[in-house]
Amino acid sequence: MMNYIWVGLVVIAVIAGGVTGTMEDVLNNIFSFAEEAVSICIGLIGIMAFFCGIMKVMEKAGICNLIARALAPLMTRLFPEVPRDHPAMSAMVLWMAANMLGIGNAATPFGLKAMQELQTLNPTRDIATNAQCMMLAIGTTSVTLLPVTVLGLRAAVQTEGAAEIIFPVIIATTCSTVVGVFFTWLLGKTRRWKWENVIEREIAAGTLALNENYLGDSPIVLPEGYVCKAE
Amino acid sequence: MFTTVMEALSTWAIPIVVAVVCFAAIIKKVPVYTAFTEGAKDGFATAVMIIPYLTAMLCAIGMFRASGAMDWLCRVMDPLTSLIGCPSEILPQAIMRSFSGGASEGMLADLLSQYGTQSQIGRIASVAQGSTETTFYIIAVYMGSVGVSNARQSVAAGLLGDLASLLASVFIVNIMWFA
Repeated sequence: MMNYIWVGLVVIAVIAGGVTGTMEDVLNNIFSFAEEAVSICIGLIGIMAFFCGIMKVMEKAGICNLIARALAPLMTRLFPEVPRDHPAMSAMVLWMAANMLGIGNAATPFGLKAMQELQTLNPTRDIATNAQCMMLAIGTTSVTLLPVTVLGLRAAVQTEGAAEIIFPVIIATTCSTVVGVFFTWLLGKTRRWKWENVIEREIAAGTLALNENYLGDSPIVLPEGYVCKAE
Repeated sequence: MFTTVMEALSTWAIPIVVAVVCFAAIIKKVPVYTAFTEGAKDGFATAVMIIPYLTAMLCAIGMFRASGAMDWLCRVMDPLTSLIGCPSEILPQAIMRSFSGGASEGMLADLLSQYGTQSQIGRIASVAQGSTETTFYIIAVYMGSVGVSNARQSVAAGLLGDLASLLASVFIVNIMWFA
């Protein structure tokens, strides 16, 4: 994907440069933008180091756990299929808390753990459950309170006013998360994506694969004589 | 009034958070200074790690811009984006946001240095970049980690979320600074 986009940009630029006679500018921009990229990253080093330092202190001070506790009541509403005291719940709240604080590299292990736990509640092997879709709706729309990289890039270009976007970002990310969660819920009820319908279609096509490690209490009952797809 | 309050909140946010976090940490007997420097080392690594991605994207964008192709693309997109009050220069970055975090960061860096961090374009692009995640990457990583291949409505919902973030960014930046 990225290969095609990158090559597309470069090739179109060279062709357009040839046609419009701006080839010299195209050449000059290769050098000046390469230099610009490194100078931006050099500017970014100090700011990233500072924020990642603060993030580490937050992590060690257990602020993630505080946020996780505050999120708990919301979680049972968003994930009605997941039992309240299931290990997936605690992994998910920690994941969200780490995401909120922008602790990216601490968030990923929590997220992977949460996904694994949710998979034990998935009667199928390869179809996402409602809970898994909901978790990713929150993940893909992000819940950041501190957009560290954006702050860094802004400050690397110009210090003045670098932080002015923090609250606008919090409002915009809240909007995107609300929309993402809403559409995950709504689209999950449509004929095309509803869980029961997807299962029915897969059974009809003979492509349904059951999860042998399923630990939930409502396994899928297969029709008589159905041969499960082998791995 | 709204702008003043929002700007004040943004200015106060970081210093307050830093002070509260450090205070909470010292009460919990965390070795604050050691923890900070340990984390700062990760930050250094992250900043260095993105150099190749940023260079790749900035050079390609730089060539694209100089050749006049970017102007042409913006002119084509302008009727669409002007409907929502969004400068068309942002659209390539906004689309890239869903596919690649590194590439859209490169495009943001380009917009910031080209138009300035406090321009309408620079502000909208920053807010849009910060307010969502790389939809396709997140879905691929987490669904892939447990072998789920049918993500059902996740991609559609994630992309609608990205669209909402762009619309919200345009709206907020315009009423705060460019009403």
